[in-house]
Amino acid sequence: MNPFELISPQLAILIGAGLILVYDAIFPKDNRYLPWMALAAIAVSVSFAISLAVRGEYHVGFEGTYSVDKFSVFFSVVFAGIGAAVVFASMNWVDRVGRRKSEYYALLLTATAGLMFLAGARDLITIFIALELSSIPQYILAGWGKDERSGESGLKYLLLGSIASALLLFGMALLYGLSGSTFVPEIATFIGENASDNRSLLILASTLIIAGFGFKMALVPFQMWVPDVYEGAPTPVAAFLSVGSKAAAFAVVLRIFFEGLNAEILSNDWAMIFAVLAAISMTVGNIFALVQSNIKRMLGYSSVAQAGNFAIGLAAIAVVGQEFTLAASAVLFFVVAYAFTNLAVFIAVIAISRHLESDDINAYEGLAKSAPLLALALGIALISLTGIPPSAGFWAKLYIFNAAAQADLAWLVIVAVLNSVLAAFYYLRIVRLMFRNVEDQIGSAPFAIPKSIGFVLGITVLGVLVFGFFPTPIISVAREAAAIFSIG
Amino acid sequence: MSGFGITVAFWILAALTLASAGGVMASRNLIHAVLFLIVAFLGVSGFFILLSADFLAMAQIIIYVGAISVLILFAIVLTPRAERDNSETSMVLPALLLGTTLAAVLLFVLYDANWNVTNVEPGLSAEVLGSALLSVWVLPFELASVLLTAALVGALMIVRRQEDEEGDSAS
Repeated sequence: MNPFELISPQLAILIGAGLILVYDAIFPKDNRYLPWMALAAIAVSVSFAISLAVRGEYHVGFEGTYSVDKFSVFFSVVFAGIGAAVVFASMNWVDRVGRRKSEYYALLLTATAGLMFLAGARDLITIFIALELSSIPQYILAGWGKDERSGESGLKYLLLGSIASALLLFGMALLYGLSGSTFVPEIATFIGENASDNRSLLILASTLIIAGFGFKMALVPFQMWVPDVYEGAPTPVAAFLSVGSKAAAFAVVLRIFFEGLNAEILSNDWAMIFAVLAAISMTVGNIFALVQSNIKRMLGYSSVAQAGNFAIGLAAIAVVGQEFTLAASAVLFFVVAYAFTNLAVFIAVIAISRHLESDDINAYEGLAKSAPLLALALGIALISLTGIPPSAGFWAKLYIFNAAAQADLAWLVIVAVLNSVLAAFYYLRIVRLMFRNVEDQIGSAPFAIPKSIGFVLGITVLGVLVFGFFPTPIISVAREAAAIFSIG
Repeated sequence: MSGFGITVAFWILAALTLASAGGVMASRNLIHAVLFLIVAFLGVSGFFILLSADFLAMAQIIIYVGAISVLILFAIVLTPRAERDNSETSMVLPALLLGTTLAAVLLFVLYDANWNVTNVEPGLSAEVLGSALLSVWVLPFELASVLLTAALVGALMIVRRQEDEEGDSAS
């Protein structure tokens, strides 16, 4: 098979990015079509990815460094969707900033392509390069705003991100030095035979790799950057970070740990690390989110807590052993539910803070009166983040808790349930504030929501509700995609 | 790797690298710190030569000594308002503690691991590396070029933003 066909989804996006830059160079005055070019590239990319899946063209290509399998196609489509949603959400903001539109969309597309490469990479070198390909545009985008806060957030993200990359490289170098290969399946073979002789080194390597990706996932104790970067970065970029980069890190960790490091003597160790990180992340994230008064900082801590929920799935997979698919599919289902929910929250926040010109949570008081639809949409999304039925978030939590319970992680489930109660306080506080009846509130002028934002907000909220009522199709897709880990 | 000469060379290089790395921390003058850093980089490239990886040694010298250190020097010289000294910080004790712990863990793990020892002649010439980059690792190699383009666009953005702001304030 033609190797270019294997990476056709990513190529479409990268070519789109190039065309956007060239178009802007030729027609600098005419930049109305740039976001639509980005969306067209993403649409072509999704159709390529789906066509690969429909034709069943699941191959390993490029000498084993990249693989098209159900898992990578699943994530490619998810990342393309996230990219498209962020393009819609950015349109209005980029227009207001005015300059450098083409570079913004080109970098956003490059980051999306990097995430898609991450999902299919099967070799440590490719994983690292794909990670940087997605990270570097994100560092730049985080500092895109005009104010000092945005510059600070970009710099902070760059510096801390580089440290995380260095830790990750150190872990990878140890793995390579030990096994003599950078290919995940070959590392798996080596570890299957030699894990017991090298347990301490493998644990150190796993810890370093977890630290590197834990930064992207926003797990405690690698979460220091999250609230500051979310607060300072342009809100569409923060949405991209909170959904895309986090999901990609989980995809790669699934690939490295469940394909590469799943020898039984080792998997119990790193599953324990993930279980502890999950418990700490949920608790720390939720407690700090409770006391925030800025909505973007609150969402930052909430994303730390949600990362903890994801990590429950990672802890559960290893412990189950034979029934890998259950917990892996739980993580994948969580990714989809979380993507829809969190994008909806961020997009609603974009629309609201554009009108209120404030990120203060107290300014949301009585919002339901002046913008009933917007308040309803944000309310549904927050209910889904809390995990109350009938929303996608409910099934995602139920599914992942079930996987943990079957893996004998009862203590972790108890911590997670207690944390959900804690999370309900701050998520539902916003809902209560919005629907409180106030006589004379400041922002009572009629809301003008830009069409692009209204459209994508509608789609994401619809997704939250549809998957809340009919979760089965996504669950079966997630099971199929997670099945590649069942051989181990 | 065997023989008396190589062992002696290893220990000399090790002492040189560690001492100059210590100098980077201890020196209170930033310029001196960078010069120590260059010596440490040279020491690392010496290790590569000992391992018969001459291409890597050359790349180490060209990239780290030639490019990165010069970049750091430029950054120091071109930031006029910043202090030129490697200032004291209250984190010395925690940093020492962390560094010692990390070193202890690494030493333990490196001794504990069961490393594969091989007698195969390492073929790390430029030719072998080049053909590996364009066959097995062609995908990451090409991705790196996209990565560099993105980084270039980003660097331009950061520079142009300042120009924009200057233009704004002038008009």
